[in-house]
Amino acid sequence: MDRLGLSDLTRILRECAGEEEGVDLDGDVLDLNWMELGYDSLAFLQTVGHIEREYGVLLDEEALDEADTPRLFLTMVNEALAASAAV
Amino acid sequence: MTTVIAPRDRTAPATGTPARTAEAVVTGIGVAAPNGLGTEAWWAATLRGESGIRPLTRFDAGGYPVKLAGEVPGFVDADHVSSRLLPQTDRVTRLSLAAAKEALDDAGADPARLPDHAAGVVTANSFGGFEFGQRELEALWSKGGRHVSAYQSFAWFYAVNSGQISIRHGLRGASGVIVSEQAGGLDAMAHARRQIRKGARLVVTGGIDSALCPWGWAAYVAGGGLSGRADPARAYLPFSEDASGHVVGEGGAHLILENAEEARRRGAQVYGTLAGHAATFDADGFCRLGAAAELALADADLHPDEVDVVFADAAGDRMADRAEAEAITALFGPYGVPVTAPKSMTGRLAAGGAALDVAAALLTLRDQIIPPTTGTELPADDCLLNLVTGAPSPRLGLPLRTALVLARGRGGFNSAVVVRAPETTA
Repeated sequence: MDRLGLSDLTRILRECAGEEEGVDLDGDVLDLNWMELGYDSLAFLQTVGHIEREYGVLLDEEALDEADTPRLFLTMVNEALAASAAV
Repeated sequence: MTTVIAPRDRTAPATGTPARTAEAVVTGIGVAAPNGLGTEAWWAATLRGESGIRPLTRFDAGGYPVKLAGEVPGFVDADHVSSRLLPQTDRVTRLSLAAAKEALDDAGADPARLPDHAAGVVTANSFGGFEFGQRELEALWSKGGRHVSAYQSFAWFYAVNSGQISIRHGLRGASGVIVSEQAGGLDAMAHARRQIRKGARLVVTGGIDSALCPWGWAAYVAGGGLSGRADPARAYLPFSEDASGHVVGEGGAHLILENAEEARRRGAQVYGTLAGHAATFDADGFCRLGAAAELALADADLHPDEVDVVFADAAGDRMADRAEAEAITALFGPYGVPVTAPKSMTGRLAAGGAALDVAAALLTLRDQIIPPTTGTELPADDCLLNLVTGAPSPRLGLPLRTALVLARGRGGFNSAVVVRAPETTA
């Protein structure tokens, strides 16, 4: 798989960490941060691990700290996927 | 008729200010048991003598020498646990969260309205999230470390039930977990009472265990003491001449323990007072269960004559049964007090077992009826016990006001708790 889309991310989030009551992952969530979406650091860690396995990519831990919204996270993951494809 | 809390032992001022002797009362009960999910369903089944011991269904036990267990029936995980919690919890924690919620609802307590740090959680547990741990170990060895769940960091742990209950209900006061196998259900309540005496207003206590998976089963079978019989009605026969070991099960009970003054102030229902507790440890193979019972009565400032019913540990092993019968007769005399073991209907639930027995004891005091021991028809000749068998029984013309609950944990733990009915005035 060469690209992580928002629908892929929401599917993996639901599988790895469920969906907080009062949050609709199908709504306008791109620029909400993980805490606003109801996910703690462990839920994020579980989700990252799942994506790394499913997409065969290793994500940079320091860059992950900065990627605190779905939009920033998708950008980061897709840059990593493009970089590994280019190798 | 008004219910008034017994004033005995209580020297705390009316403000509920912490005092070493502050009275602790049980105001809520939540149950997940093999013969009933939910307190009233379980209690009704228990009075009917309905057993929850059946052939295992949670995994294929065909290759094991023991194939019977007490499984909690009809538990739909998503009905009790949010989608956020499902990926991070073992079955044991889901059962625990369900029972804790039922107990809090039953108590009519709203912890969110209490001062911060005024409410905590002290539960007992023996296995942690065993099935979850098995799955992650399988992932580790078959696929590698990167396939192990991040939630394994806590989902396996003994304290996980306390932690998840605390998070879900915002109970940020002193909390913890007690690990002393079957004795733990009682030891946790004693520690909860300690927190009440230090000033806590409310503590969720009791215990739940569940390890009905191949890994847990391997541990149970290796531990020994299990009955190998295939007939669910004949496998676990505590105090019987025909005893052949015990059956294990999953589940237990959570109780809400509150400062009596505060409970009375908010008009809470009161099932009874946690009046006494003591724990002892066996030395050199010498059973010290009797000493725990005696010390618990002393702690409650009660004479054995004042005990109306005993809930036995009921090992289902000839030697251990005889030792317990001797401990009971040493205190109460031969056939001196009604004794029962409703765990004959659930199997031994590890930390959940004695917690469930305390729930049964409190409902015995509420309904003035003693649940039966099933399976066993007559105690063995060397167990001089007035064992309630066959059908539930009132205490022939006498009120049921005080119950003694006994528990032995694997490894030498003994624990005893005394609960008393609330004083009533016409």
